[in-house]
Amino acid sequence: MQLQEMLVAPFTEFAFMRRALAGSIALAIASPPLGVFLIMRRMALTGDAVGHAILPGAALGYLLAGLSLGPMTIGGLVAGLAVAIGSGVVSRTTILREDTSLAAFYLISLSLGVTIVSVHGSNIDLLHVLFGSVLALDDTTLFLLATIASLTLLALALLYRPLVLETVDAGFLASVSRSGGVVQVAFLALVVLNLVGGFHALGTLLAVGMMMLPAAAARLMTLEMTAMLVIAVALGAAAGYAGLIISFYAGLPSGPVIIMTAGLFYLIALVFGPAGGFLRRLRPRRHLEG
Amino acid sequence: MSGAAIRFDNLTLGYDRHPAVHHLDGEVEAGSLLAICGPNGAGKSTLLKGITGALIPLSGSITLPDMKIRDVAYLPQAADLDKDFPITVFDLVAMGCWRRCGLFGGLSRSDSRVINDAISAVGLHGFEARIIGTLSGGQLQRMLFARLLVQNASLILLDEPFTAIDSKTVTDLLGVIARWHKEQRTVLVVLHDLDLVRSYFPQTLLLAREVIAKGETTSVLSPENLRRARSMIEAFDSEAHACARTA
Repeated sequence: MQLQEMLVAPFTEFAFMRRALAGSIALAIASPPLGVFLIMRRMALTGDAVGHAILPGAALGYLLAGLSLGPMTIGGLVAGLAVAIGSGVVSRTTILREDTSLAAFYLISLSLGVTIVSVHGSNIDLLHVLFGSVLALDDTTLFLLATIASLTLLALALLYRPLVLETVDAGFLASVSRSGGVVQVAFLALVVLNLVGGFHALGTLLAVGMMMLPAAAARLMTLEMTAMLVIAVALGAAAGYAGLIISFYAGLPSGPVIIMTAGLFYLIALVFGPAGGFLRRLRPRRHLEG
Repeated sequence: MSGAAIRFDNLTLGYDRHPAVHHLDGEVEAGSLLAICGPNGAGKSTLLKGITGALIPLSGSITLPDMKIRDVAYLPQAADLDKDFPITVFDLVAMGCWRRCGLFGGLSRSDSRVINDAISAVGLHGFEARIIGTLSGGQLQRMLFARLLVQNASLILLDEPFTAIDSKTVTDLLGVIARWHKEQRTVLVVLHDLDLVRSYFPQTLLLAREVIAKGETTSVLSPENLRRARSMIEAFDSEAHACARTA
């Protein structure tokens, strides 16, 4: 059928589309679960902050070696981890909480990054750093994304119980274990890792979108943690696929369209979501007998 | 089981060099059921935090001769609990298994039985699959007690566990405390309701920054002692000099 062909053809015909899809799905597997935890820990804007924090590292890498995978990745990782771990340590050893210490660090990092780029960069390359190039993913980058996704899933499986505990009742965890600090820092490190991976495909500004939007939509659709994680991943993958298809046929930039699609899912969930969308509130179902 | 569960040695606990508990000496016998009373700002919560190790003494020491910190279960005054988190009553009570199960250990069948028994013991049978955000204040408190039961600790510290709780829940939870006492666990409870203390607690520590009295409840809660406690000044002295007392 015509429609079926249209939905599959871009990927069967073009290798770059296949790679873009693979990369988007790798991102969709790892980032949204982290986003769910960011939301549950009331750290939704943290992803944004960390995304900005990796800029000077990526910019330095770019300055030294151009638009190449290794230096930009390492630079972004170093900058992001320094900010994430630094703010975690500060929040546990001073009176400043995580949100304040993170805000302080990422602003320092961002201003450093903008300075570096404005001194040496050109506009077009800056666009690549900020908005990524999902259609230009080469095999090495794909491999990196797949590795990050696997590492993240493994780490989340290991950290799941203490992470949930630390989120629900940090005081209790502190009273029975000393792992609270490690868990907090490890979680932030995972966020950095995924944003660094994401920025190759989607850029520093939009990598956060893949992390937060599917998660926010999932939050509106279910009250159960496991279901939330699964739905977030599914929505992320769907946004990747749908975004690529739409941008292919409409001739629009793929990265932003993927994130807009994820945004559309969020808006739909906002209205129709069974676990707290508008409609449920406006027209509640009849109450039960007991 | 006799001997001291907790030993205080010239203990001073406080914030920013101001003492909230001043030169506390003495011990708490193992297996005792002790109420801690005193006016606001008397240092009761501070004392509990010192025992758990969350607060480092300004001077002096607290020792737990026969126990590690992990043998202590603590219920703070205002739970740090995120009630909006999508977790079931069963899973939250199961947190009490942490010491046994750790990072990865699955819940064995006996663990599950312990958890279900604890949930029934606090009167929450049937609530196992409920999300905690749907519970009332009294039900939440019962659930936290169930978690304490699962922790199976030798020393249990409760900070004002009955504030704003309905009387039926209070009666039921007092039953749980009585059960702990019978199992020869050491239980310390900070309470404001003196009638409750007189009815259910054989021993009391009356605290007003310093120890006013400690021992058998009726003699500790005498009108004379209560008057002395009430005359304690609540606010820290902003012009205080360094304390010259050594003991």
